[in-house]
Amino acid sequence: MSPGEAGAGGVELTARLDRDGFALDLELSVGGGEVVAVLGPNGAGKSTLLGILSGLLRPDRGSLTVGGRTLLDTATGAFVPAHRRGVGLLAQEPLLFPHLSAQANVEFGPRAQGTPRREAQERARRLLDDVGVGALAARRPSQLSGGQQQRVALARALSPRPGLLLLDEPLAALDVDATPAMRTLLRRVIADSKQTALLVTHDALDALVLADRVVVLDRGRIVEQGPARDVLARPRSAFSARIAGLDLVPGVADGAGVRTADGVELQGKAVEVTDGEPAVAVFPPSAVSVHTVRPEGSPRNVFPVRIAALEPRGDTVRLRAGVAGAGPAWTDGLAADVTPAAVAELGVEPGQDVWFAVKATEVAVHGRQP
Amino acid sequence: MNTRSAYRAAGAVVSAAALGLLAACGGGGGDAGGEAGQGDQAQAGGPLTVFAAASLTGTFEELEREFEAANPGTDVTFNFAGSSTLAQQITQGAPADVFASADQSNMDKVTEPELTEGEPTLFATNTLQIAVAPQNPKDVTSLETLTQPDLRTVICAPQVPCGAATERVEQAAGVDIPAVSEEQDVKAVLQKVQTGNADAGLVYKTDVAASGGQVEGVDFPQASEAVNDYPIAVLKSTRNAELAQRWVEFVTGDEGKRVLEAAGFGSP
Amino acid sequence: MTAARTGLGDLEEAPGPGRRRERAADRHGTGVGLPAWMWFPAALGFLLIALPVFGLLWEADWAEMPSLLTSPAALSALRLSLLTAAVSTTLCLLFGGPLAVVLARGRINRFPGLMRAIRSIVLLPLVLPPVVGGLALLFLLGARGLVGQGLNTAFGIFIPFTTIAVILAQTFVAMPFLIVALEGALRTAGERYEATAATLGASPALAFRRVTVPLVLPGLASGLVLAFARCMGEFGATIAFAGSLEGTTRTLPLLVYLQGETDIAGAVALSLLLVVVSLIVIVVGRPRGTDGQR
Repeated sequence: MSPGEAGAGGVELTARLDRDGFALDLELSVGGGEVVAVLGPNGAGKSTLLGILSGLLRPDRGSLTVGGRTLLDTATGAFVPAHRRGVGLLAQEPLLFPHLSAQANVEFGPRAQGTPRREAQERARRLLDDVGVGALAARRPSQLSGGQQQRVALARALSPRPGLLLLDEPLAALDVDATPAMRTLLRRVIADSKQTALLVTHDALDALVLADRVVVLDRGRIVEQGPARDVLARPRSAFSARIAGLDLVPGVADGAGVRTADGVELQGKAVEVTDGEPAVAVFPPSAVSVHTVRPEGSPRNVFPVRIAALEPRGDTVRLRAGVAGAGPAWTDGLAADVTPAAVAELGVEPGQDVWFAVKATEVAVHGRQP
Repeated sequence: MNTRSAYRAAGAVVSAAALGLLAACGGGGGDAGGEAGQGDQAQAGGPLTVFAAASLTGTFEELEREFEAANPGTDVTFNFAGSSTLAQQITQGAPADVFASADQSNMDKVTEPELTEGEPTLFATNTLQIAVAPQNPKDVTSLETLTQPDLRTVICAPQVPCGAATERVEQAAGVDIPAVSEEQDVKAVLQKVQTGNADAGLVYKTDVAASGGQVEGVDFPQASEAVNDYPIAVLKSTRNAELAQRWVEFVTGDEGKRVLEAAGFGSP
Repeated sequence: MTAARTGLGDLEEAPGPGRRRERAADRHGTGVGLPAWMWFPAALGFLLIALPVFGLLWEADWAEMPSLLTSPAALSALRLSLLTAAVSTTLCLLFGGPLAVVLARGRINRFPGLMRAIRSIVLLPLVLPPVVGGLALLFLLGARGLVGQGLNTAFGIFIPFTTIAVILAQTFVAMPFLIVALEGALRTAGERYEATAATLGASPALAFRRVTVPLVLPGLASGLVLAFARCMGEFGATIAFAGSLEGTTRTLPLLVYLQGETDIAGAVALSLLLVVVSLIVIVVGRPRGTDGQR
């Protein structure tokens, strides 16, 4: 989606800000209904960006429109305060109002906007059902688990129907057990329902599952952007290479695995995806073993690749794959981390054809943005 | 001040604790004064602790200088407070050598349990005066003037000696002064007049004299109906009876009389 | 790879009642032990507070108690103390409350030292002997005071020796207690909830009413209790500024002090009355949370 077609829900931002040796200078647009993930190392300006969008920070120069409405324009002096922006926020911490029930927390936004009580109650009930905690509506936050609290917080952030929803590492503070379900929920209520959103995250998987587009921020500037899969599979900046670095194989969910476009079946463990959905198989390069002859036995995914490059990385060597003659096209760019000793033993060098093998238990299958 | 009220309120128990501290402090001060203490039965000098009514502050401090000059090596320490407070402290066992009270009844509290060496001696009298602002702007001339409704008069509460004296002169004059406040002690009354918050106050002559011209005294005939006697006595608890006796003689002697009279006290 | 686990979703994990049970179990736990020596100074500290009160009970003349406590002077002082403490506490809330909010939340970017200076002044009555506060009030509002003189000549208003003076003295000494408690609560609550409320469309006024106030309510309650107790016990500032007259300015502490001149039994009885009133205020008014059970 090009910025020009942003439409009613789109966001257009230009901002310059200089503060204590930190400079932010960026131009960013989010199309109506689009989810953009912002990745970047600490100090890249992610929090500053969120501050500017939510109205807690004023840039030195810049402008911001959300859904065609000007929220900020330093040229004219226009500045809409946070509470009149219609910009919602779901942060790391749920920050539910501790004195209010889950239901009352979700009603808070609509009531603040003057929505009649009956309607606000109705909307809150629907949203709580949507996020799967309808049965817990009467509970106080202290009676909810961390994951449940974050679900209520999501419902609350959506309840005022924000023109733009900011997601500030929404999964970072959750228990590892609660993370996959919450990620899937976010995909359903945000990505699938075309809620315009900006996601700040450290986790490549979050970006992959939730975002249409990835923007990589470094020292206040956008250094890389593009479709999530492209940026993450073929990172060009040092940062995205470091956090991404995952092997991704796109396809369609099929049983517990993924069927690629050329019909190859990759076995894995499906995480809340249904058959036929666009999905992606994800595995870390360290889970890939390299063989000069096709390995037999144990349930593995095995595919032929041609070594494109050897990248020394401290105590491991990353073997970068290219397409091997008649091998599948999706193997291009896959990586395998092996020890220098293994490299010597195998005697691999660029241009050589080898086999990559990965156990099904190491492959996670996630739904993805088409 | 709050601790002070709590202290008073808690009465015996707390005052005993406080006195323990006081004793400790007193002892420390004595030691710091020199090596003279200890085995020395104090033929000449040593420490002397005098519990004296607050109204004696100025005169006793003046007498202290002369006494210490005349008796080298002595160190007189005072505890100035309301006579009833002092009497209570003494009966609770506070370490004092001499007690000078501003009235007979509080001295009685000490003589009754036989805490004094012999009979107390009267050494001064004090009478009430009406304290007004300098030049007497409200033209106060008598106790009767104080009944005028537009005049703000402050007196002592009847529970304290100056208040008891005030009641007696009121009766003698047949008036009932509509006071705006009945203070805890005479200094508080004086302060209210000094700061102009009260137009008149019933205080002792000595307080007027000590104010250094900040208030003016108005005499009234009924004052003779309430003469306060100041008795002084050596206490049994003294550790230096000879020096204590010498202080009493100094106060009751010519030098004492001169200083007391200059401060507004009368002779007994 | 955490994502590789098939989470059952978090609905199954740690539901409310289970957490509560967990917490109930905690209460029976032995926790981390204390160093043994800690008990000794702790016990001494407790005795230092408890023994004097016990001494009062010991000294009390229980047979005379009813008549001592129902004397007109005692009843009048009790009535006056309760009335003035209630009014003063209300004033503390009306003025000290907003002051605490400003101190905790207000920003004066151009003068960073200003807030600190204001806070120091506000806390002064905490460390100042109350009698100094009373004198200060007297020199401000007295006959020759900065403000008092004007009030007197312009409107014929004279504050010393009135019940209003008692209330002003109490408010002066008690307000910092409320401010400290409330400011602490505001700082603990932090501004994150208010920021969240703003992203939900709540104006600052609405966020304050519906989020900030409920959040700091326990702190506010404990501040009010402290302030009320401080007002009930106020002595020095009152006697210096308001004087002492039955029914008008002679509050319970002033009566206790005066009574002690002649009638120890009466003073002890009145002291016990103050102790009882204070205990009621502390026990009834203390918000849960200050006793560590939350």
